[in-house]
Formats: sequence, structure tokens, C-alpha cells
Amino acid sequence: MNTASTPARPSTTAASVNEAMSRRLLTDVVFKHMMTVGGISVIVAVSAIFFYLASVVVPLFMPPAVDLRNQYATPAKTGQPTLAYTGEEQREIGSRIGAQGSITFFRFDTGEVLSETQLPLPEGVKVTAAGIGERRTFSQAFGLSNGQVILVKQGFAVTFPGNKRLITPELSYPLGEKPVDVDPEGKPIRVLGMQQSEDGSTIAALTDDNRLLVSAVKVTTNPITGAATSEVQQSAISPVPAGIRQLVIEYKQRELYVLHGERSLARYNISDKGNPALLETVDIAPEGQRVTALAMLSGGFSLIVGTDKGQLSQWFLVRTQGADFALRRIRGFAPMPGEVTVLAPEFFRKGFIAGDAKGNLGSYFATSERLLFMEKLSDQPLVALGVPPRGNGYLAQDKAGKVYSARVENHYPEVSFSSLWEKVWYESYEAPDYVWQSSAANPDFEPKFSLAPLTYGTIKAATYAMLFSVPLAILGAIFTAYFMTRRMREIVKPTIEVMAALPTVVLGFLAGLWLAPLVENNLAGVFLAVFLLPASMVGASYIWHVLPAAIRSRVAPGWEGAILLPVVALVMWLSFQVGHPIEAAFFGGDLPNWLSQEWGIKYEQRNSIVVGIAMGFAVTPTIFSIAEDAIFSVPKTLTSGSLALGATPWQTLMGVVLLTASPGIFSGVMIGLGRAVGETMIVLMATGNTAVMDFSMFSGFRTLSANIGVEMPEAGVGETHYRLLFMSALVLFAFTFVVNTAAELVRQRLREKYETI
Amino acid sequence: MRDWIKSGSPWIWLTAGAVAVSLLAVAGVMALTALRGLGHFWPKPVVETTFMERDGKRSGLIGELRDREEVAVRRLRESGFTIPGDAVFAERVLVKMGNRDVTGADFRWFPVPLLGEIKYPKDIITLERREWGNFYGHLLAVKEEGKAVAEGEAAYPELLVRFERANRLFTQIHELEKYEIGRINYALEQARLESRALDIRGQLTDARKAGLERRKAELNGEFGKLQERVAVLRKDIGRDTLLARVQDGKEVEVKLALVADAYRPNDMSLAGKIGHYARKLGEFITEDPREANTEGGIFPAIFGTVMMVLLMAVMVTPLGIMAAIYMREYAKQGPLIRIIRISVNNLAGVPSIVYGVFGLGFFVYFLGGNIDQLFFPEALPAPTFGSPGLLWASLTLAILTLPVVIVSTEEGLARVPRSTREGSLALGATKAETLIKTVLPMASPAMMTGLILAIARAAGEVAPLMLVGVVKLAPALPMDGYFPYLHLERKFMHLGFHIYDVGFQSPNVEAARPLVYATALLLVIVIMMLNLAAIRLRNQLREKYRGLESV
Repeated sequence: MNTASTPARPSTTAASVNEAMSRRLLTDVVFKHMMTVGGISVIVAVSAIFFYLASVVVPLFMPPAVDLRNQYATPAKTGQPTLAYTGEEQREIGSRIGAQGSITFFRFDTGEVLSETQLPLPEGVKVTAAGIGERRTFSQAFGLSNGQVILVKQGFAVTFPGNKRLITPELSYPLGEKPVDVDPEGKPIRVLGMQQSEDGSTIAALTDDNRLLVSAVKVTTNPITGAATSEVQQSAISPVPAGIRQLVIEYKQRELYVLHGERSLARYNISDKGNPALLETVDIAPEGQRVTALAMLSGGFSLIVGTDKGQLSQWFLVRTQGADFALRRIRGFAPMPGEVTVLAPEFFRKGFIAGDAKGNLGSYFATSERLLFMEKLSDQPLVALGVPPRGNGYLAQDKAGKVYSARVENHYPEVSFSSLWEKVWYESYEAPDYVWQSSAANPDFEPKFSLAPLTYGTIKAATYAMLFSVPLAILGAIFTAYFMTRRMREIVKPTIEVMAALPTVVLGFLAGLWLAPLVENNLAGVFLAVFLLPASMVGASYIWHVLPAAIRSRVAPGWEGAILLPVVALVMWLSFQVGHPIEAAFFGGDLPNWLSQEWGIKYEQRNSIVVGIAMGFAVTPTIFSIAEDAIFSVPKTLTSGSLALGATPWQTLMGVVLLTASPGIFSGVMIGLGRAVGETMIVLMATGNTAVMDFSMFSGFRTLSANIGVEMPEAGVGETHYRLLFMSALVLFAFTFVVNTAAELVRQRLREKYETI
Repeated sequence: MRDWIKSGSPWIWLTAGAVAVSLLAVAGVMALTALRGLGHFWPKPVVETTFMERDGKRSGLIGELRDREEVAVRRLRESGFTIPGDAVFAERVLVKMGNRDVTGADFRWFPVPLLGEIKYPKDIITLERREWGNFYGHLLAVKEEGKAVAEGEAAYPELLVRFERANRLFTQIHELEKYEIGRINYALEQARLESRALDIRGQLTDARKAGLERRKAELNGEFGKLQERVAVLRKDIGRDTLLARVQDGKEVEVKLALVADAYRPNDMSLAGKIGHYARKLGEFITEDPREANTEGGIFPAIFGTVMMVLLMAVMVTPLGIMAAIYMREYAKQGPLIRIIRISVNNLAGVPSIVYGVFGLGFFVYFLGGNIDQLFFPEALPAPTFGSPGLLWASLTLAILTLPVVIVSTEEGLARVPRSTREGSLALGATKAETLIKTVLPMASPAMMTGLILAIARAAGEVAPLMLVGVVKLAPALPMDGYFPYLHLERKFMHLGFHIYDVGFQSPNVEAARPLVYATALLLVIVIMMLNLAAIRLRNQLREKYRGLESV
């Protein structure tokens, strides 16, 4: 059959017809499959948007995962009790601080000891107390039986020999290898608190004979000889509270907390090291409970308090008035089953882990008030804990000397229902508040991820836009569809509809740079116009009514809109002309200023009125178009029937047309709302974008969409902030999708109804 | 009266009023943009007057009047001015004073009661400079190597001649730097990447290394020579200066090398002004921006917008049409396809920023990041496709506009009368043939409409682009003379973003404002024309089938 058909000769034989036929059928099948596969993949790809957004958001709500659990004997060569554990960034090496001044480095996962250093102590001297500084400084100090203190700092050098990472632990002595004299009388040190930073070191020590000493140590290195000399400034606190158990110095070394008695905490101002002063003494546990663990969260603002009943609470300083602060209980956490024996804060985040006397380990996060996980590790009480710097694991030791290590996947502890939607009392705030503040320059920053002000801003923006556009669009649609002559409608409808295509960036620009100053400068005129415009329309109607019939008959009904054009323009102009004299007469010539002075209303230039007008303008064509279609397609039989029964056109409109078309109008409003909620550029340009919660029409706001536009490019991939922005996008997506679908269904049903009439 | 209320006519007029307000708002926005945008290029007269400062001293003032408004006198008094009289409101004018290097401020509001007599001296010159913004002053002399060659009336003609020369030299330097030196830098970068790529693959032998080094040395040699040539030109261009007296009577010398344009605005005939207008309009469309985008043209933004939209059209058309054909012609018309249809329709209503977020997360970080790992490891850690760029912007917008194309195409397919299809099938055509030869051609205007609407939407969209590829100032156009000519990974400039950026992020918003109006006008015109074209096409299409249905 292939001999018969050469391309040049028309195929006439049956065989060639067959061949051509089968080729055609093949094309048909191929085309069909191509379109089907292509079409389905396009649809799948588009719907994948939702699933992709969701896939980024979901990890936020996953519980922390704990794995790579290991148990080993205390990693140490000498049998000292363990004070605490820490580790390095990569979670490869852990370190153990021994109570007698030994530092042991070991493999985090196996407990294999890498090195152990016993601090160089003078002959015949023992370690009698120890204190640990802010975790990220890796510093700790040991108080000695001769009144001296030695300060040691862990360090981890990272090198890449042969392209493989090698971490070498090392120790350094910021105050020199020789212990510093803290107690001039040479008495043993019983309790020690310390803090060390670039600016210097502060040591608080309670001596055996009950003197409480505060010393600031500054080390200056001679630039020529390299010899270091240390300079100690010291003073004693008196009276000394009875029964001191723990000394805590905050990170900036300005305050000293002294835990004494059962549950009392004394706060001293030590910014002047020569003259410490008692500020207040607070009971930090309920009556009948004993404070059994106290630790400072990273950043040095908050104290975490654990009691013998297993209760955990967070405390920090709150401004009372002026420059006065008071220590307040901020929040409590889910209690531990047994007595809290030990606490360990994270290095950078506001999280901590706690161990209790029943061998439980709980991981908490302060800002979100969350108990991340609780595990029973042992039957013995836990005595020492540690978190690696990235918060991605833990080390815990029980009384029997067994060490438990694990890896923890815990990237989003900041997120909880309360931290996203409820008022949260953030560090250094005077009261709980809704705050969105995703980043700041300072490293002690507590991220504030409240979605409430953004959602509020979105609703506010949409409300003002709808206030402007709904009356305008629906009234306009009624006239255009029902009263207007055909010729005028053919011009008006496309004119208004084409505005829907106007780029919102242009509207936003006009709103921000032209409208906002205009409104500020003519505020009275704007308000006047709002009242005068409807009044003038009704007035024009009356004047028209009393005009001689000779004039009236010249213009056919249905052209009222055109007649009103000059009226509206004139009234606008008039309002603006009269506005200034009115402001001069009643408001001291400056209404915004008068508002803020007389009523205390703050006026921002880029405010909700401006956004309402600009976004209302953007939304109007959408609502108008759909509502107009709905009214226009109300079957003529219905209106004719009503008119024939003697109803006036207005009665017919109210009683028949609007009733029938109301689902269509409703769907138009819904779609308009969807557009207003997601609009980005107008709100970005026409508001100040501050996330405040205030419904005043003279203040700005920040919407979810504008927030995404501003912050997305800076958000680190995979971080909480990034995922929360994705969540905002997902919320916008879901909201508009649901609203639009509802509107579309309403519209389809309406169309079917019309068809049956 | 009663009749009047009963007839419902007040309420009817109220609805009519809503239409009037909408129409006026539409017209107002268009007129505002057009007026301010087009006015930007008209040469503005420069006034000379005096002004009484807060301390009561009178000082000279030269500048363009840019705006006037009425403000409360109280506010003026609060800011320290002594306003005579007891009026509550006073007028104030915004003056572009220029001479930023001399006065420090470009724009300032002056209360009218404090201004002296306003004059328009004919000999004032306006200089548009490449640095420090505009310059206004009385021309005193033109100098060569510091010696005056023309003074008084003779100075202006001499200035024009020498300005021409300086401008020619400037163009030469600019071209040398942009094309020649740009080429060498590009070649050097390629050599670096090649050596890094070979190193990663372990194929960097000594011979190859030496070859690359030789190439680098050659290029560096060429570079040196070019630098010398540029240095000579730079010396040459710095020869001439002009001397002018500015508002406070000081005499200021301006290098001609910095002057982009010079003219006497108060001494122009109407024809001269029209010529000036045309020239400025041309510069606006064809030139690069200057001074942090506040002066000069917007050519890169136009180019970027067009490139992005074209790429988007290339991607969205086949995908949209394919999906529409499947949904309308091949899929089983059941509840499932109805749900899909509504969903696709609704995707058009999803906020555009959501698409931007998707584009950034999925295209840029996920797809782009993986492409970089696979194909461009030599450039890492600097991202190639792993950062926002033209390709990802077009793809994001393609997804954004997909529903528009699908819906419109589907509508077109639905409008093709059954009789036409049945006729084709009855004559023995297969379904594919019917579609390709009969139905699709008939639906093509609908597809065009969809495409045009998609382009119009894409051209005006800014929010998603801020996340996936636009920048305020792109160092290079996405298309140039180096292989592969079209650089999809590059960032680009965009008209809409330009408006946002210059209007709101610029250091000198006041100076940039007219330019932003002009940009906005251009964007609005383009989008309106596209939309009107789409509407016309749709109407034509309807006419066409109205005829067919009656057959």
C-alpha cells in the first residue's frame, strides 16, 4: 500500500484513501490526547497554587519532633557533680561544666569525651561556688575557698581541613588565668553570680561570713607589652538579706536579683558598682510554695521561676510611672508534674527547658505561652540541663548520672493561637498588646507576630472602601439599568467598566500624592460635599419638577444623569470654595488641627478617608457592572406587569425589580469586597502603613496584603516570619476564593431563575 | 410637593446623581493624569522676585512656580513668618528653586504676601544638569580653560555652540563606557565563571589555566587602553564652563560637562516651545533615567514592561487555549467540570499579591534554586535563576492572567453555533479537523480578546512584581548583544513599579512628581487602548455571529 501513494499524485486507490484516513484519525486521537493532557495539567498546575501555599504554612503548626535520642553515662573523667550543659552551634559537641571547676567537651550524640580541662587553681584551694553567665557568651565563673574568682569562657574554632568541617573546642580566660581577688578578706565564696560581655564583667558574691559583694572587673591590655591588668571596683551590699540562695545579674549588668528565703527576690540597682541600691523585694511564688529554680531568659529581660509544686512563671520589669519599674508576673506556664529542679534557657530565642524531680523534661516558649513538649526521661530527678545554641536539641542528666541527649526540630515555637490572635505581653511593654513587629536591629529582639492588627487593618480598609463604593455603584447601576435611555447607557456603561482596568498603582499614586494633601487642606469642604451632593440632587429634582413644562419636555426622561453632571461639578466646586471660610469661622482656619486640639483626634495625612475614596473608586466599576447586569436582565414581563397594574416606575423598581435582582446585586458587592480585601498598591501608597488598631477615619492602618508587599522580599526563606507571610497570602486566597465562589453560585442560580420566567 | 415625593422622582434623581458622580470621577482622574502628565514637558517660565524671610530680610528668588494653594495663616505664623493683615487664609506658591548645590533645597513653599514684584527676565537660562538638578540664573560669560571667551549678550549663542560640543563628547564617553568597557567586563566575568566551572568539575588543568590567564591579561590590557581614551575625553569635556549669577547675587561657575540641556524659557516663541516640548517628550521615551530616577527618561521601564508582557503572552496563550479547548470540547460536561469552571473563573478574583507570594516561593526559591544547583554551580553562591528575575515575573503573571484567557476563549468556543460544527462533521471531518479548521478560527477573535485583556492586566499589575523581579534601577536591559541575547534571569524595570518607586521611595518626590504623572499617563494610555481594542474585538465578534446564527 505504500507504493501507491507518492505525494505528487492525488491518491485515488482504496489503499491510499485508507492510509490518509488512518492518518487523519491518528491526528484526531493525538490532538484529543494533547488537549486533554495539556488542559488537565494546566488546571492541576493552577490549583497547585493553593496546595503550595498550604505546604509552606503547615510546618508552622507541626508539633516539635524529637529524635536521635541517646543515653550515656556522665561524660567526664573525674567524678564531679554536673552544674550545667551547653554546646556549640552545629550540635556536634556538648560541654559539661563540673561543679569543681572542670570543663568537659564530648560528642553530643555519643557522650565520647573529647577533652577535659581542670581549671588552674592555686595550691590548696577548692571551688566553693559557681555562676553561669548569659548562655550566648559561653562564660562561667567559679568562686574559690580563698575569696578569689576565676572566669572561663568556652570557644569553638571551626576549620575546614580537606573541605570537612572540624570543630575544635577551646577555653579562654577573659580576666586572665590568675584568679581575681573578689573578697579582700579572703573568705570562701558561698554563692556566686556573674555576667561577662565586651564592656566588662560583673561578679556578685556571697562570702562565707555573709557579706554580699558586687565587683566590676575591667581588663585593660597594654598595647605595647600585651600585658593585661585588671581593675576591680567593688562595694558591699548591706543589709544582706537572710538565706541567700541564688544571685542573678542581668545581661546589661545594671541589675542584680537576689533569691533569698523561701520565695523572696530582692532587686538591686548596680549600674553604679560603687553604690548598689535596693529597689524592691518581691514574692515570686504563691504563699506556701518554695522557689526551687530561677533562670534568666536570653536577652536578660525575663526571669523564669520554678517552684516545688511544679509551677512555672515568667516575670519581668514593667514601667509603672516615669522611670520607675516594678517586677511583675507576666504569665504562667503549664505546670510540671513534680518539683522544678533545674531550668535552662535557650541561647537566642525566648524558650527554655525545665526538669523536675520526677524525671520529666518540659520544653516551653515564653512569648507564645506554649508547652512545646513534655517527656519522662527517667525515674530519678533531673539535676542538670542544657540546650545547644540553635535550640535544636537538649542534654539532661538525672541524679543517677545518666545523660539523655536528643535532637529537637523546633523551628516555630513563637506561633500559637494566643500569640497570633490575642493580646500578648511582650518584654519591655507596659501592658499586653496586639503588635506586629517582625524584625529589629537589636539581637535581644522578641519577634511580635500578632496578625490581629493586620486583619483589623484589612477589614478597616475594605469597610471604608465599601462605604464609598456600595451606594455609588448600586444607585448608579439602578439608574443605568432601569431609567437611563439606551443611547446614554451605551456610553456610560463601558466608560465606567473600563475604569476597572485602570492600574491600581496609578490610583494609589494619585491618592497618596494628590488626594491626601487635597483632603487635608480642604477637610471641611470634603465633609460639606458629602452632605451637599445628595441634597443638591434632590433639590435639582424639585427645581426640575416646578420648571415650566415647555423646558421639561425638551429633555426626554432618562437623561437626568446628564443634567446632573454640571450640578455635581458645581456643588463640588462650591463646597471647596465654602470650605475654607467655614474652617476660618469655626475651626480656627485649620480643621485637622482643631480636631486634634479640641477632640484629641489625631489626623494623619494618609488616612482611611483617602483610602476609602481611592479604593472605593477602584471597586465601584466591579460592583456596578455586575449589579447593572442583574437589574438590566430582570425580565421585561415582570416590570410591564407591575406598571400595567398602576405602580409608578419607582414603586415597580422597589417592589419588583430590586427584589428580583437582589441576589445579583449581592453577588456584585461580594466580588467588590473580595477585590477590596486583596488590593495592595492603593493601601501601600495611600496609608502610612502603621499597624495600629483604631477605627478612626483620620488614621491609617496596615493591611495583610500591603504587609506582604513590604516584608516578603526581606523575609528569610523558611523562617517563622516567611511562613506567616505565606499564611497571610493563604488567608487572602481562601477568603477571596470562597467569597467569589459564593457570589458566582448566587449569580448562576439567578440566571436560571430568569430563564424559567 | 406631595406629588413630587410620591412620584419617587427625588430618589430617581439621587440614582442619576450617583451616575453623574461616577462619570465625573472617571473624567476627573483621566483629566488630572493627562493634564499633569502632558504639562511636564512644556518649558516653564522662570520668575525672578524677592522674598521676605522670617528674620525680615529680603532675599532674591529665582525659580519655576510649580503649584499654588490656600493655607491657614495661623499655620504660616506658627512656622515663623510675619504675615501682614488679618486674613485667615493666604495663598502660597511652591517654587522649584533648582541650584541644589547652592541653596541646598530644591523646592520650597513661599507665602504670596511676602513675595516682591514678580518679573520674567528674558535672559534667565535654565540648565538641566546631570548632577544636582536644574540650575537657574543670569548668564554672564562663557569660559574656556578659565578665560572668558564671550560675555553679555554674545554669551548665549556661544554657550549653545559649546554645549553642543560638550554633549557630543559626553555621548562618546558614555558609549565607550557602556559598550566597550561593558563588553570587556562581561568577557572577564565569563572567564572567571569558566575557570570556576572547570575547577568544580576538576578539569582545570595547568594549560587551561594559563590560557584563561592569558585571556584575562589581554582583556585587562584592552581595558587599560580604553581607560586612557576615556581619560583624554574627560579632560577635553572639562574645558568649557559658564559663569552665571544666581538668585542671591552670587556668581557660580558651572561645568558644561554636567549640562544635559540649556535654554532660555522666558525668551521662547510658541514654535520654540512646541519644538522644546516635542524634544522633551522624545527624551522621556527614549532615554535612561538620571538622578535616582527623578529626571531623564523612562526607556528601560518601557522596555522592561514590554519584554515582560511579551514573554507572558507567549507563555499564557498556548496554556490558556489548551485548557479552554479541553474544558469546552473534550471534557465531560458534568458537575465536576462545572466546579472547575467556577474555580478558574474565581482565580481571576484572587488578589494579585497572592500570586506574587506563590511566584517568589515556588518559582524563585524552589525552581530557581534548583536550577542554579544543577546548571549554574560555578556562579554560586551568587544566584542566577535563584533570585527574582524576568522569567519568573513573566511566569507569575502568566498564571495570574491564565483565567482571563481561559474564560474568554471558552466563551468564544461556546459562541460558535452548533450548526457550524455539525456541518463540518457531516462533511466527514474528524473532530480535530473541525476544531482546527472551523471552530478555532471562528473563536480566534475571542482568544485575541482574552489575550489583550491579559496583557492589559499584566501591564498594570505591580504588587506581585515587587516580589518576583522588578527593581528601581536595573544595571542592564534584559536584552543585549551578548549570548544568549535574551537574559531571562536579569531583573528589570517596570512602568508601574517606577510610579510607585519614584513617587514614594524617591529622595526628591517633589522634583519627580511631574515625571511620575507623565509615566502614569503613558501607562494609562497603553492599558486603556488595549482594553478598548479588546472591547471592539468582542463587539465585532458578536456582530459576526449574529449574522451566522440567522443562517
